[in-house]
Amino acid sequence: MNKTIKVGMADANVCRPPDLIATLGLGSCVGVVLYDPVKKIAGLVHVMLPDSTKIINNSNKYKFADTGIVTLIQDMVDIGAIRRNIVAKIAGGAQMFSFVNNLEMMRIGDRNVEATKQKLAELGIPILAEDTGANYGRTIEFNPDTGLLHIKSFGKELLIL
Amino acid sequence: MADINLNGINNMQYDVLREIGNIGAGNATTALSQMINAKVSMNVPKVELLEFKELSDIVGGAEKIVVGILFTLDGDVDGMMMFMMDKLASMHLVNILLGNMEETKPTEETEFSEMGLSALNEIGNIISGAYLSSLSSLTNLTITTSIPYMAIDMAGAILSVPAIEFGKIGDKALLIETEFGDKDNYVNGYFILIPTLKSYSSILKSLGL
Repeated sequence: MNKTIKVGMADANVCRPPDLIATLGLGSCVGVVLYDPVKKIAGLVHVMLPDSTKIINNSNKYKFADTGIVTLIQDMVDIGAIRRNIVAKIAGGAQMFSFVNNLEMMRIGDRNVEATKQKLAELGIPILAEDTGANYGRTIEFNPDTGLLHIKSFGKELLIL
Repeated sequence: MADINLNGINNMQYDVLREIGNIGAGNATTALSQMINAKVSMNVPKVELLEFKELSDIVGGAEKIVVGILFTLDGDVDGMMMFMMDKLASMHLVNILLGNMEETKPTEETEFSEMGLSALNEIGNIISGAYLSSLSSLTNLTITTSIPYMAIDMAGAILSVPAIEFGKIGDKALLIETEFGDKDNYVNGYFILIPTLKSYSSILKSLGL
């Protein structure tokens, strides 16, 4: 019996085969899939904001790119993943509306992607694949058995990374 | 009293916010119903304090394809106003307005024409304007709105935009949501008012709470 573990906004979870892990309707948020291909343990965090240090109320670690990634790595290690095996695939960070006069809101998707990449680089985790930016939403589903990430978007072909 | 705490909103505050949704959406549905010349009814507004992960459940799931028309609010009340409709329902609405009724029934795959998109933007403008002007005259607060920003996509992706704004100040979103629909449920959708926390206080204060 395999099931799909769904991860909501500002949340995270871990998964092993035969289960799949998914997040639905990613907009400006970024879905970060971390994966230990040897132990076949995957984790997915749905980050909303780039930087926990800029926000006063930062009790939910999974809300931010910086703390979300670090916490997810720990969650994975806790169930048996090996830290140095971990690789990443990322998706999301779209700009859903073309705001004309609010630069900060306009760039939130980009900033989420930048912060995610920066944090992964800092931790020495390679990004194997990404589908980020543009102006459309994405549903992503990761299979820890095959290591493949399926990305569905409205009116677009299924993308497999 | 006027200070609002996301973790403990009292019943009085809930009632007042619900009434605001009632008046705003009441005006907006009247505007809509005049536009399409049919009766449009609405349900009792819901004031909901939601965790981000529950947010897209209110409109029927994160993957549902919807048309979202978003306004950013400024002035005494800032935040966002979202007018959200099922894609098919909005096509139906555009067809009624443009008199394209004889055309084939729209399906999930049908694309909007340029004209349709522009009509939709205008519908959003009029309807949200009706909602906000009633809110503004009730509270005596100035509310200025941006131009409409439209996206046709998955509900979760569209709702991530207001969610992120709320994410900067807390772990939950407080919103006033009203569902509307005509009797055949052809034209149904949601109004979602998402003021910032500070604006909730201004609204409640202006009403003497």
